[in-house]
Amino acid sequence: MIALSDFINLYLLPGLVVGCIYALGAIGISLLFGILRFAHFAHGDMMTLGAYLAIIFTANFDWSPYAALPITVIGTALVALLLDRAFYKPFRRSAGIVTVIASFGVMLMLRSAIQLIWGVDVKTYDIGIRFPMEFGMLKIAPRQVTIVLVTAALVIALHLFLSRTRLGKAMRAVSDDPDLARVSGINVEQVVRWTWIIGAGLAAAGGVFIGIQTKVHPNMGWDLLLPLFAAAVLGGIGRPYGAVAGGLAIGLCQELATYPWFSEEPFIAPGYKPAVAFSVMVIMLIWRPTGLFRGRAF
Amino acid sequence: MDIFSPGFLNYLISLGTMSGIYAVLCLGLNLQWGFAGLFNAGIAAFFAIGAYTTAILTTPESPNYLGGFGLPIVLAWPIAMLLSGVIAWAIGRICLRLRGDYLAMATIGIAEVIRLLIKNEAWLTAGTRGIPNIARPFEGLPSTWNHLAFMGLVMALVAIIYWAAERAWASPWGRTMRAIRDSDMAAAAIGKDVTQFRVEAFVLGAMVMALGGALSAHYFKFLGLSATEPMMVTFLVWVMLIVGGSGNNRGAILGALIIWIIWSATELLTNRLPGEWITRTSYIRVLLIGILLQVVLQRFAKGLVPERPPRMIDDKPESR
Amino acid sequence: MSLLQIDKLVAGYGAVDILNGIDLAVEPGKISVIVGPNGAGKSTALKAIFGLAQIREGRVLFQGDDITRQPADRLVARGIAYVPQERNVFRSLSVRENLEMGAFLKPGDIARRIEAVMGLFPPLREKLKQAAGELSGGQRQMVAMGRALMLEPKLLMLDEPTAGLSPLYMDQIFDRVIAINQSGVGVLLVEQNAKQALAIGHVGYVLATGRNRFTDSAANLLVNREVAESFLGG
Repeated sequence: MIALSDFINLYLLPGLVVGCIYALGAIGISLLFGILRFAHFAHGDMMTLGAYLAIIFTANFDWSPYAALPITVIGTALVALLLDRAFYKPFRRSAGIVTVIASFGVMLMLRSAIQLIWGVDVKTYDIGIRFPMEFGMLKIAPRQVTIVLVTAALVIALHLFLSRTRLGKAMRAVSDDPDLARVSGINVEQVVRWTWIIGAGLAAAGGVFIGIQTKVHPNMGWDLLLPLFAAAVLGGIGRPYGAVAGGLAIGLCQELATYPWFSEEPFIAPGYKPAVAFSVMVIMLIWRPTGLFRGRAF
Repeated sequence: MDIFSPGFLNYLISLGTMSGIYAVLCLGLNLQWGFAGLFNAGIAAFFAIGAYTTAILTTPESPNYLGGFGLPIVLAWPIAMLLSGVIAWAIGRICLRLRGDYLAMATIGIAEVIRLLIKNEAWLTAGTRGIPNIARPFEGLPSTWNHLAFMGLVMALVAIIYWAAERAWASPWGRTMRAIRDSDMAAAAIGKDVTQFRVEAFVLGAMVMALGGALSAHYFKFLGLSATEPMMVTFLVWVMLIVGGSGNNRGAILGALIIWIIWSATELLTNRLPGEWITRTSYIRVLLIGILLQVVLQRFAKGLVPERPPRMIDDKPESR
Repeated sequence: MSLLQIDKLVAGYGAVDILNGIDLAVEPGKISVIVGPNGAGKSTALKAIFGLAQIREGRVLFQGDDITRQPADRLVARGIAYVPQERNVFRSLSVRENLEMGAFLKPGDIARRIEAVMGLFPPLREKLKQAAGELSGGQRQMVAMGRALMLEPKLLMLDEPTAGLSPLYMDQIFDRVIAINQSGVGVLLVEQNAKQALAIGHVGYVLATGRNRFTDSAANLLVNREVAESFLGG
C-alpha cells in the first residue's frame, strides 16, 4: 500500500493541477459551442500557441513565464480574432458541421506553422529547480500553488464578467437564443469577438501552465483535444461553469485512475490516461448527454 | 528525364496504387459525409483497425506480437472490415442520436484509444517495433509486374466500391440518406428512423476505410505506428474529399488522385533540398494543403465535381 | 406619413414563399391588427422585417425610410421592437437581465426604464431575480414585452402575444397593449384571437394564403359578415 501522503502528493495534487489546465481549455470550447454552435477542433492548438508565444519571452528576454503570461494571453486572443475573421466568419450562417471542418483545417495549419517557426523538438521554460514546500506530510511545488491560484482567479474573473457586465450577460443571452438576441438589438458579432478573446485567452493561459508544469511540444494540442472535449461534455456543453467542473473532474480521474487501488499495480496503466477521458465522455453521452449540470443537448 | 525509364514507370505505378488506396478511403468517407453528413475525425482509427487486423491474421508466427494465423487475404480482409464495422456500430449507436458535433468529438476519442492500444499492447501489435513481412499479393511475379498486378487489384476494388456506391446513391436508401442529411427533422417527420440510417452509413463507411487500411498494410509490407498518424490518414482524406466534391463518388476518386499527385510530387521536389530544409518544407506543405482546404470550403464549396441528383433507376416509367 | 409601411412584400423560408405580395401599414400612435387562419403568413410578415424570413420582393418603410433587409440592431436603434411568439425570453437569464438585454444598444439610464416597465407590469417586480425560464407563460409574455419596451420604441410588433394563455392573462395582455399604445407607441399586432384583437385595434388586415383578403378599419371588419363567417368563427 502507498502511504496517504504519496496518494496526495503523487496523484491528488497533480490531478488537481492538470484539472485546472483542462478547465481553462474546456471553458473556451464550451463558450464557443454555446455562442457559435460548433465544436472547435483547433482549441488544443490555441493552447499550444499560447505555450510557444511565451517561449519568445522566456528564451529571448529571460522573462519568467508568469511575466510573459499577460502578453501571451493577449497575443493568442489576437490570433484567434484573425483566424475567426479569415476561416470561421464566412460560415456563420451555414450548418455548424462545415465550421467544424474549417476548424479541423485550422488545427493542422496552426500546428504546421508552429512546427515551421519553432521546430519539432520538446522545449521547456527553463525556470530552474525550485524545491517543494513541505507542510507536514504534504509536498507542494510552488508552481502547483501558482497554477491553481491563477486558475481560480481567472474563473472568478470570468464569473464576474458573465454575471455583472453588459457584455457578459449578452454572451449568456446569445448562448441562450441567438435569434432572440439579434432581434433584441444585441450586437452578436461583438459578442462573438469577446467569446474568442476570452476562450483563446484562457486557453493560452492553460498552455503556458502546461509549459510551466512539464514541457512544450507541437503535438500537445492534439493530445489535449480529447480530455478537453470530455470535460466540456461532462460539464454540459455550452456551460462555462460546467466546463470548469468537468475539467477538474477529468484531470482528477486521469491521475487517480493510475493509482494502485486494488493491487500493487496501477489500476490503469499511465499510458492509457487519455482513454480514461474517452470513457468518461462515452459514459456521459450514453447516460446524460446534457452533462452533469443539465446543459442543453444540441 | 526519360519518361520511359523503369524508374518513372515504377513511380507511375506507385502513384496509381497510392491514389487508389486513398480513393478507397475517400469513397468510405463519402458514404459517411457525402451521403449522410456525418463528420468523422477518426478515419485513422478505422484505417488502423483494418491494417492491423489483416497484418496480424496473415503474417507468419512471431515472438514480437500475436501472429501466426496464416490466414489468406480473402478471409483476413473481410474480418478486418467486419471488426471495423462493429466498432463503428457501437460508436454510432451512442453518438448518432445526438448532434453531429458529438460524433466528431467521439471519433477523435476512438482514434486516440486505438492509437494508445496499438502503441501500448505490444503483445498484440508489436507496438513501436511495427509488424514486418506482410505479404503482398502477386509477389511471385517479377518485380515490375507484381507492382502492376497489385495496382490492378487496388483499381479493381476502387471500381467495385464505386459501382456499389453509385447504386446506393441512386437507390431509395441513398435518397432517404440525402433527405436525412439535408433535414433530419423532415425525414423523421415522414417516418424514417433517422438514427438507424445514419448508423448504416457510418458502419459501411468505416468498413470501406478498413479495407483501405488493409490494402495499405499489404502494399507497404510493413506496419508501424505511423498508420495511426492523424495527418497522413484523417486530414489528407478530408482534403481529398472536399476538394474532389463531397456527395459525388467520382469527385471522391478525382480528389484522391489530384491531392496525392500534389502531395507526392512536392515530396519529390523537397527531398532534393538540403537537410534542414526538408523538414521545414514538409510543414509548409501541410500549411499549404490546409489553406487549400479553406479556400475550397469557402469559394468552391461543392468541390471539383459537384454533387448531382442521381438518375432514378427505379422510377423510369414516370419519366416517359 | 405612416410609421410603418409594407409594399408588395414577397417573403418565405428556403425555397418556399409564404407571403405573395402583401401591403400593410401602421399609423403613428395607432394599433394595426393582422388576423387570418393558420398558415396565412401573419407571423412571417413580422419575421421578414427582422430578417428571420427572407424577403424576395417588395419593400419596408419606417417613417419614410427604406429599411428592407436592414440588420436587426439597426432596426432596434431606429425604434422598432419585436416580440416573437415562441422563445421570446432568455430562459437562463433573470428577469432583470432580460430587461437589460432589451437596452443593450443604449445602456444608460437602465434603472429608470426598468421602473417604467415595472409600472406597466407590476407582477414582475417580485420576480426580478428569478430566471425567466421558470415563470408562467403569462409572466414570460410580460417579460418579453417589457424587454421590447426598454428602448422606448416608436413601433412595437407583437406576434400572437396571447397564444396559449389562460383567459385571465389574455385580458391582462390586451389591456397592457392598450396602455402601451396610449403612451404613444404604434403597435403591429398579429393575433389568433381575432375578435378581441380587432376590438382593441384601429386598422385590421385579414390575410389568407399569403395575400391581403380584407383591409378596413378594425370596427368595420368586426361587423363585416363575410369576415365574421370565414375568419372570426361565426
